[in-house]
Amino acid sequence: MNVEHLFTMANQIGRFYEAYPNRGEALQSAAMHLRRFWDPRMRLAFLQYLDTSGGEGLDAFMVEAVQAHRNELTPAARPAPPD
Amino acid sequence: MAAIPDTDYGTPARASERSVTLTVDGMPVSVPEGTSVLRAAAEAGVTIPKLCATDSLEAFGSCRLCLVEIEGRRGYPASCTTPVEPGMQVRTQSPKLADLRRGVMELYISDHPLDCLTCSANGDCELQDMAGAVGLREVRYGFDGKNHLASPKDTSNPYFTFDPSKCIVCSRCVRACEEVQGTFALTIDGRGFDSVVSPGQLQAFMESECVSCGACVQACPTATLMDNSVIAHGTPDRSVITTCAYCGVGCAFEAEVKGSQVVRMTPYKNGQANHGHSCVKGRFAWGYATHKDRITTPMIREKITDPWREVTWDEAIGYAAREFQRIQRQYGRGAVGAISSSRCTNEETYLMQKLVRAAFRNNNIDTCARVCHSPTGFGLKQTLGESAGTQDFDSIDQTDVIVVIGANPTDGHPVFASHMKRRLRAGAKLIVVDPRRIDLVRSPHVEAQYHLKLRPGTNVAIINALAHVVVTEGLSDDAFVRARCEIESYEQWKAFVSRPEHAPEATEAITGVPSADVRAAARLYATGGNAAIYYGLGVTEHSQGSTMVMGIANLAMATGNLGRDGVGVNPLRGQNNVQGSCDMGSFPHEFPGYRHVLDDPTRALFEATYGVPLDAEPGLRIPNMFEASLDGSFKGLYLEGEDIAQSDPNTQHVTAALQAMECIVVQDLFLNETAKFAHVFLPGSSFLEKNGTFTNAERRISPVRKVMEPLGGKEDWEITVALSNALGYPMRYTHPSEIMDEIAQLTPTFAGVSYEKLDRLGSIQWPCNDAAPVGTPVMHRETFVRGKGKFLLTEYVATEEKVNRRYPLLLTTGRILSQYNVGAQTRRTANVEWHDEDRLEIHPHDAEERGINDGDWVGVVSRAGETTLRAHITERVQPGVVYTTFHHPESGANVITTENSDWATNCPEYKVTAVQVMPVFSASEWQARHKRFTEQQLTLLDDRRRL
Repeated sequence: MNVEHLFTMANQIGRFYEAYPNRGEALQSAAMHLRRFWDPRMRLAFLQYLDTSGGEGLDAFMVEAVQAHRNELTPAARPAPPD
Repeated sequence: MAAIPDTDYGTPARASERSVTLTVDGMPVSVPEGTSVLRAAAEAGVTIPKLCATDSLEAFGSCRLCLVEIEGRRGYPASCTTPVEPGMQVRTQSPKLADLRRGVMELYISDHPLDCLTCSANGDCELQDMAGAVGLREVRYGFDGKNHLASPKDTSNPYFTFDPSKCIVCSRCVRACEEVQGTFALTIDGRGFDSVVSPGQLQAFMESECVSCGACVQACPTATLMDNSVIAHGTPDRSVITTCAYCGVGCAFEAEVKGSQVVRMTPYKNGQANHGHSCVKGRFAWGYATHKDRITTPMIREKITDPWREVTWDEAIGYAAREFQRIQRQYGRGAVGAISSSRCTNEETYLMQKLVRAAFRNNNIDTCARVCHSPTGFGLKQTLGESAGTQDFDSIDQTDVIVVIGANPTDGHPVFASHMKRRLRAGAKLIVVDPRRIDLVRSPHVEAQYHLKLRPGTNVAIINALAHVVVTEGLSDDAFVRARCEIESYEQWKAFVSRPEHAPEATEAITGVPSADVRAAARLYATGGNAAIYYGLGVTEHSQGSTMVMGIANLAMATGNLGRDGVGVNPLRGQNNVQGSCDMGSFPHEFPGYRHVLDDPTRALFEATYGVPLDAEPGLRIPNMFEASLDGSFKGLYLEGEDIAQSDPNTQHVTAALQAMECIVVQDLFLNETAKFAHVFLPGSSFLEKNGTFTNAERRISPVRKVMEPLGGKEDWEITVALSNALGYPMRYTHPSEIMDEIAQLTPTFAGVSYEKLDRLGSIQWPCNDAAPVGTPVMHRETFVRGKGKFLLTEYVATEEKVNRRYPLLLTTGRILSQYNVGAQTRRTANVEWHDEDRLEIHPHDAEERGINDGDWVGVVSRAGETTLRAHITERVQPGVVYTTFHHPESGANVITTENSDWATNCPEYKVTAVQVMPVFSASEWQARHKRFTEQQLTLLDDRRRL
């Protein structure tokens, strides 16, 4: 996946939710947006790149959101193809 | 006129709570107050002769055929212009009335050709009928006097002929153009005997302002205005009521047929979306269904550089299934997916998502809404609880203030625009928010009170500014908010939007809109009575598309403009079934009925019916499919009716992704841009060749009825069934009604929908269930679907697509009336006479700076690519903004659009692309490559015929 593009998308998501005064709620909403709308391979590529790049290029708000909800964002192993 | 007899009541129906009882020829009849005597008689079963009157138009009183006698009144009043009164006693027949009517007909026939037997209206001519009705036996004036019989025909319009020699100057056409269409293209030139119907200034139809909606042809009682198809083929002998396959208005039509040949499409008078009106596309541009470019035999090939092989259906379906299964074994379950489209019926879309979920066993299903109204789905779900517009079209009749944001209804939703213009002519006020001077800003008898001509990409700034005015000037409807909305979210939003940076004076520097205009518009919206917002892709196709939708909902909630007739948040869905494709769960994150795939109870419900475990992870959206393809993890794609190689942004990126896939299966009518990259072509069926339903912009589910057998041998839904069976997931439907029954069983908002009910009611607006057995025209009447409405904070974030010295202009894109989307349908009709190429609209100032003249070829360059178009210099665009359409593949409009997209849904930011424009002398490199590639692919297609 084009991970730089994933970072761009994540930053845009973060900028919407960062406006909310309740920071905890805002962080959770931003993280859950990724959970609810991003295919697992996108989330996996994003998390892997976050780990290797240290989050360079990702806004601090999204770094915090993702780290706080990492378990929920980490996809389970992909299932086998259908029979 | 319609070939298939239909009662014409003479004058429009009136709505009144008071009833008036009168007698007509001794028979009592009760009608609403305000009804004409002519209509009252018709409702009593008494037909009074008439020619200038028809029930789609207000009474005119010119032909003097409908004269009656009224007890106690002198003379012989015209029944069309005489309103009923209590106790009135009307006689419709008497010797004197008969004499008068015969006299009128003698005059008409004295200046009329006597070629009935060879006339195209023979058997379907009201003049002929009236001559018979009045017992005309002689014309005492003879036929040697001055007459109009040598008047030349006007054949300039490709769809109908204007033969003035047959005109009786009833003015129905002129009135239809005014009252029904609102274009005012026709008038009567001259007086008395010299009166003639005049398009424009005695111009040919094609040179005038005529938009070829067909209202005049529909209204004409003679052969004066006649469909060329009827002239050529004769009058049809039966009709089938169906629904248009073009825009989101979803007009009901009568497909008028001889055998299985469609002769004419006429707007269905009782169509609840269109009330008997139409536009040039639905009315006339249906010939693509039998165009020579139709591919009617399945084809396969291993590589896209191979010629196509014509094969049987079984072979094609089997090959596609084996390839998808191979790809999944090799690359993983998530390596395949599908894209549906608005060309699919609800039933077909439902089957596609079922195939993906139950046969592919993933959620990689997406639809055309991704690139248009996906932000509507997201934004309205968050705020109001349902991913759809709140009103029906008729709601506008109660609207006092109409706000149009980022939409151009006269081009994109022409029949609804006509309805809107009627309301505007009746006194409603208009606010337009658009970077471009759309036709609605100023057109005959319609003028916007305010045109907020904002810079592209600044929507959220302006909606925040409007909200700032409402809140800080105390214009909110606090009672509504307290009763209907989450107070905490409201207080939070009030504090947010009251901040000084949201004031019109502060946002003026961002939007370019004078603060005084913003304040005045906000005050009008909040205090002008019932206020309704209508919006289009100029709202959604932005990096803050979803944010803007939420901002619109916030404003409507804050001012109490929701939950009744005349108000609302109305997304103008662009396509015939884009609403339906969303409703049917053609999304990677939602099942039918907008329920998330993560929701365990919903997933269990579908698993119980589908009989297999379903993926609990969201799948790939269309843009993500491209990324995954280039990344090597997405290799197989099944598309029905969607042409992503032309419609999606950054064409070069899209085609690179397509070339990286190993099995692309295209189900379509023609070899479209995407099919040039395909390995399997399955011949699809047009809307005339299948049964099903479409859902329009007002949530109206309407029937699509088969008029002729599918040219390829299968209806689209049958192909999906066959593919699913070949994949090993059995589907056993025998008719689309069974599919709808399953949808109803699984989807609460569709629970009461059935084909039986659709046949009985004509159409149904969802939700339709026990709580609303005949459907729901207006939503959120007592509560919002989510319970209490929720206000969301809409911080303005400037797009990343910035102008600079290299790309100093902003390109925005849109539609034009005569063409439709990628043009696959309309380019194969005579509509090309109106728009045979996409042009770049550029302001005179920008053109002069660059040495560009009208009609010059210009290069348009962006960060994504470059193309060449011809320039059209116009002040419709503001300096700094250029505009083009996207109907012709060779124009490459999407070569220059970028992958910037809405933060929430990835809806592409088509409306904001930074470009430079300069004169050029040759096509762009992309266009040269595209031409070579197209020629190669057409040769490979032609070669199949020789195998």
